[in-house]
Amino acid sequence: MISHEQEQRTLEPAVLAARLRGVSHVFKKKRALDDITLDFPTGRMLGLIGPDGVGKSTLLSLIAGARKVQQGYVEALGANMSSARERNGVGPRIAYMPQGLGKNLYPTLSVFENIDFFGRLFGHAKAERERRIHDLLVSTGLGPFRDRAVGKLSGGMKQKLGLCCALIHDPDLLILDEPTTGVDPLARRQFWDLIAGIRAERLEMSVIVATAYMAEAAGFDWLVAMDAGRVLAAGSPAELQAQTRTSSLDAAFIALMPDERRKQHRAVVIPPRPEDNGKEPAIEAEGLTARFGDFTAVDHVSFRIPRGEIFGFLGSNGCGKTTTMKMLAGLLPASGGTARLFGRELDPQDLGTRRRVGYMSQFFSLYSELTVRQNLELHAQLFELPAADIPSRVDAMATRFDLTEIMDGLPDALPLGVTQRLSLAVATIHAPEILILDEPTSGVDPVARDALWQSFVDLSRQDGVTIFISTHFMNEAERCDRISLMHAGKVLVSDTPAAIVEARGAANLEEAVIGHLQEAGGGQAVTAPATSDAARSHAGANPNASTRRFFDVRRMMSYARRETLELRRDPIRASFAFIGSLLLLFVIGYGFSMDVENLPYAVLDHDQTTISRSYDLDIAGSRYFTERPPIADYADLDRRMRSGELSLAIEIPPGFARDAERGRPVQIGAWIDGAMPSRAETARAYVEGVHANWMAQAMREKLGPRALAGDFQLETRFRYNPNVESRKAIVPAVIAMLLLLIPAMLATLSIVREKDLGSIVNFYVTPVSRLEFLLGKQLPYVGLAMMNLVTLTAFGIFVQGVPFTGNLAAFIAGGLFYVIATTALGLFISSFMNSQIAAIFLTTLATMLLAVKYSGMIDPVASMEGSAVLIGAVNPATHFVTIARGAFSKALGFAELRSSLVPLLAAGPVLIGLSVLFLKKQAR
Amino acid sequence: MRASNIWRLGVKELWSLVRNPALLALIAYAFSLQIYVAATAVPLYLNNAPISIVDEDVSSLSARIASAFYRPYFSAPKVISLPEMNQRMDAGIDTFALVIPPNFERDVLAGSEPAIQFNVDATRMTQAFTGAGYVRAIVSAEVTEFARHYRAAEAAPVDLVLRARFNPELNAGWFSAMMEVINNVSLLSVILAGAALIRERERGTIEHLLVMPVTPIEIMLAKIWPVALAVFLAALFALTVVVQTWLAIPVAGSLWLLMLGLVFQLFATASLGILLATIAGSMPQFGLLLLMVLFPLQVLAGGLTPAESMPSAVRAVMMAAPDTHFVSLSQSILFRGAGLGAVWPQLLNLFAIGLAFFLLSLWRFRKSLRSRGR
Repeated sequence: MISHEQEQRTLEPAVLAARLRGVSHVFKKKRALDDITLDFPTGRMLGLIGPDGVGKSTLLSLIAGARKVQQGYVEALGANMSSARERNGVGPRIAYMPQGLGKNLYPTLSVFENIDFFGRLFGHAKAERERRIHDLLVSTGLGPFRDRAVGKLSGGMKQKLGLCCALIHDPDLLILDEPTTGVDPLARRQFWDLIAGIRAERLEMSVIVATAYMAEAAGFDWLVAMDAGRVLAAGSPAELQAQTRTSSLDAAFIALMPDERRKQHRAVVIPPRPEDNGKEPAIEAEGLTARFGDFTAVDHVSFRIPRGEIFGFLGSNGCGKTTTMKMLAGLLPASGGTARLFGRELDPQDLGTRRRVGYMSQFFSLYSELTVRQNLELHAQLFELPAADIPSRVDAMATRFDLTEIMDGLPDALPLGVTQRLSLAVATIHAPEILILDEPTSGVDPVARDALWQSFVDLSRQDGVTIFISTHFMNEAERCDRISLMHAGKVLVSDTPAAIVEARGAANLEEAVIGHLQEAGGGQAVTAPATSDAARSHAGANPNASTRRFFDVRRMMSYARRETLELRRDPIRASFAFIGSLLLLFVIGYGFSMDVENLPYAVLDHDQTTISRSYDLDIAGSRYFTERPPIADYADLDRRMRSGELSLAIEIPPGFARDAERGRPVQIGAWIDGAMPSRAETARAYVEGVHANWMAQAMREKLGPRALAGDFQLETRFRYNPNVESRKAIVPAVIAMLLLLIPAMLATLSIVREKDLGSIVNFYVTPVSRLEFLLGKQLPYVGLAMMNLVTLTAFGIFVQGVPFTGNLAAFIAGGLFYVIATTALGLFISSFMNSQIAAIFLTTLATMLLAVKYSGMIDPVASMEGSAVLIGAVNPATHFVTIARGAFSKALGFAELRSSLVPLLAAGPVLIGLSVLFLKKQAR
Repeated sequence: MRASNIWRLGVKELWSLVRNPALLALIAYAFSLQIYVAATAVPLYLNNAPISIVDEDVSSLSARIASAFYRPYFSAPKVISLPEMNQRMDAGIDTFALVIPPNFERDVLAGSEPAIQFNVDATRMTQAFTGAGYVRAIVSAEVTEFARHYRAAEAAPVDLVLRARFNPELNAGWFSAMMEVINNVSLLSVILAGAALIRERERGTIEHLLVMPVTPIEIMLAKIWPVALAVFLAALFALTVVVQTWLAIPVAGSLWLLMLGLVFQLFATASLGILLATIAGSMPQFGLLLLMVLFPLQVLAGGLTPAESMPSAVRAVMMAAPDTHFVSLSQSILFRGAGLGAVWPQLLNLFAIGLAFFLLSLWRFRKSLRSRGR
């Protein structure tokens, strides 16, 4: 086997896994990669090692094609990654697993559905896909969790699943970016066993891994040590050790660092802990329990931590460590048991206790909008340090945690190791007596990790701070005074590290811990991957066939299916869309009335005669006006109109009846509130009508039937809506508005959210094209909107009683074109927006304007001025308002609606075309 | 509750706003260019109303009627045939169509009262209403004037002198611009306050705050005041620079009284934003919830159509919305020059609603903090 393997590897030296020539990469001002030239041999296990923020991730994403090559030449499996065509060609042969636990997975989908999504993307047929998924699940031990939602998996399981998703298409190049960061020792071991098994089966596969674990790197074939965007050394682990004359890779790594970096490193020195001084313990837990529904996350956990001790917390992912720590930090109420800090029962409401405790969570939790200095100052102020002491305290923390040079930078731009130091500085700024640290060193490089640990030790031994820390690193666990090993909510063992190793009779702590975990039933046995020969013969041929095509329906459907599943898993979103839109249709269809009625008016009657009162009565009799108490004088008139109490004031002059009787010219004064012009216009028409009516009446009384004769008659026909009911005009228009607002918002956020949460990387590195991606994302929302169209229309007809007189097919066709256009509008917005807040604001602003102002709902587009005419003409809502009103009230069909249907049909494709243009297929 | 914490956490919110250039650009657009476009582009009353005439008479009177319709109220009337009329009205091209029958002029002069058929597309509510009155008045005036040359008509003994107060020319741009400012005020404040809370939750920093000696009420107030300040400044800019200076729209009342009202309004809408954020689990849900709330607020608060014309049930519900009171308050101050004596009830209502929203969201916020899962 071995000889065969070596033969294979020496046979094809010409093709390299990856080749880089003079590659540089710059983010804003920061230089991430500086003139890198490297050859990665094929068929090997290749490692990238180096401190945080030296460009390892950037390098990997460039090789994977997830990031745009700025300068230099990058070649992966013989393909030039700057060429879109070659990149697309080679894409299916590369698998990329980005940094971060399950960052490219979809948390609401199940394990099976996640792998299935990737399988479909690479175009496997159903039977083939299911067989592959089955094999992968069996070999990774994820079989029993096939239907569990990914969001509920532990970190280690997520990483294994990420690997399954990467392996589904038998890649020739597997790129893993810190795949085991934050993964417990047992799961980590299983993960590497799995990779080894796959490599034994697929000899030609190359694996490039970035890692912070030197113990892992020691097992690789070939290593590249990096610092500050440059390559320090490359070679096998043995070569690197020989070159630096060191005995371990850890030591070799430190020796390889440039002088100024190396100077920062000191071996961690732990002075012995002074004897217990007999005071009550700092932390005490008794039968501490946390339940979430049926699930018991923490099950009667008890421990005592004396003051000044460094207490380590170990265990598999998802065993309840974080929950326990949160309960002690007062973030979660305990479901049972007691926790005491300094002998006092924990009270989350007690702000005094919070001042004595510092907490650092597992995740990045600094304010990215504040600079490092601002972050420190804010926390110092919130902990109410005396204002005079704050600058000196901030400086002291900066010196202690080596932050002085980056005080005015933003934390987002800093490498993980530095942000962890900053988090620690923030957690200790108020000199707490207890520090609760949840995996503070995950993802931090060895040099930085030792520096952090020296700070912990100093805090414990010099300042007597009690430190409660969780970790997955065994060398860190060995530095603790005592450790507790947790599994499935229970403490398995609690003692000094040496005693645990001894009691177990194990070679080292790692063996002891893994032994305990396996005994407790943690992790499934890992079998060798059962990739059959048949599978391998299928591999390669199958995916390649579909990548050549410009547009592949299967890949589009893969995205569409996934989006639909996610939508179904989020019933709140779907029900908001359905029930919410019905509710809005009801409220607005019922409440939005453009009839002007019940206008409040009052009369200032100087005359007070029967005739003047008859005038008043005529107005009061109209349904358009509501009478208010008479006006006393001009001051009263002015006051009541100013306050908006009166919309109309009538003044009848003194001697009105007498003068009118004698045929002398008389004037009745009427003031209309002009604040709202549309209402004023209507009111004016009403008043004039009432006045003319009264005149005719008066003339008739005076002159008899002769007065009736006029010059002509104007027969007004209110077409389509003879009773001029607002409802008939409004309901179709509101349907049009809702089908713009909701689908656009859903579509926008579906993509901007992927950008925000990181799963967009799947789009970057898989062979899916922009058009396939956009259409796949759009399809489910078009479906949802069409269902919405049907329910809204039915509601309008049957509940709100608006008769539907036109051609239903024409209306539905118009609706389909319309929702394609409105969802495409959302896609368009999302193609250039990156922040969810700004995207929400823009979508709300744009859709509200298009729906309410420029759609012809109130004013026909023809009546607008300037730019509004253009907006109104290209606005899909304009055309659909016309179609909806035409189909509902005007009894129209395809022929009559053609002039609106055609532009609507064009709107969707135009918007999708623009989105394709704006959407980036690679990160910068 | 300590003012210093509220101040410091609030300053942090302002930083996050300053460091989001896309959002800043949108805010700048919403309070400048958009206001300008609203004032100049979409008049709310009769403007350029599309009208056609089917002239079967082809007389000097029918020509006279046709020429009486001109811009800006009406588009230049198109002379069309009867079948064309139905087609054009069906397609929504014309709102109005007059049919002048054959021999109309002769019949008018003969005193036989011929009839003009006047078709109105009643699905176009506002325009149909206002326009029909105009058309009727214009046609009457022309016919009467024409007839008067041939026989004397009696002068109307009682004259109606109609004046519009506060906006004598009924310039719709004034109204439109002001309403745009008001709409954007509530839009922006609800979104900013709510999204700030959701983002803090999605990023996990809220947890960080909870291990510090900071109380929920301080966190909430620190989310409200920066949003209120930012929107206040944007609105002040829009009113003084864009509305008063650029568009030269007169503001009748005291700008500072309006600003006082704005402070109350912002207190209410920012609290509403937080309330929505405590209900929504994620940004997409928040986005949808936002539409559910903002859409009726914009359409039913009285800025688009008069509040008193709505059914009483809807009016009663809308009394609980801050926008209803703010729209009424700002109309009174901006156009009618009303003073504190006239608008104190709206101020009081706004404050009461704001307080209710604030307390409700505080209660929900506390609850959501307590029940935080993993």
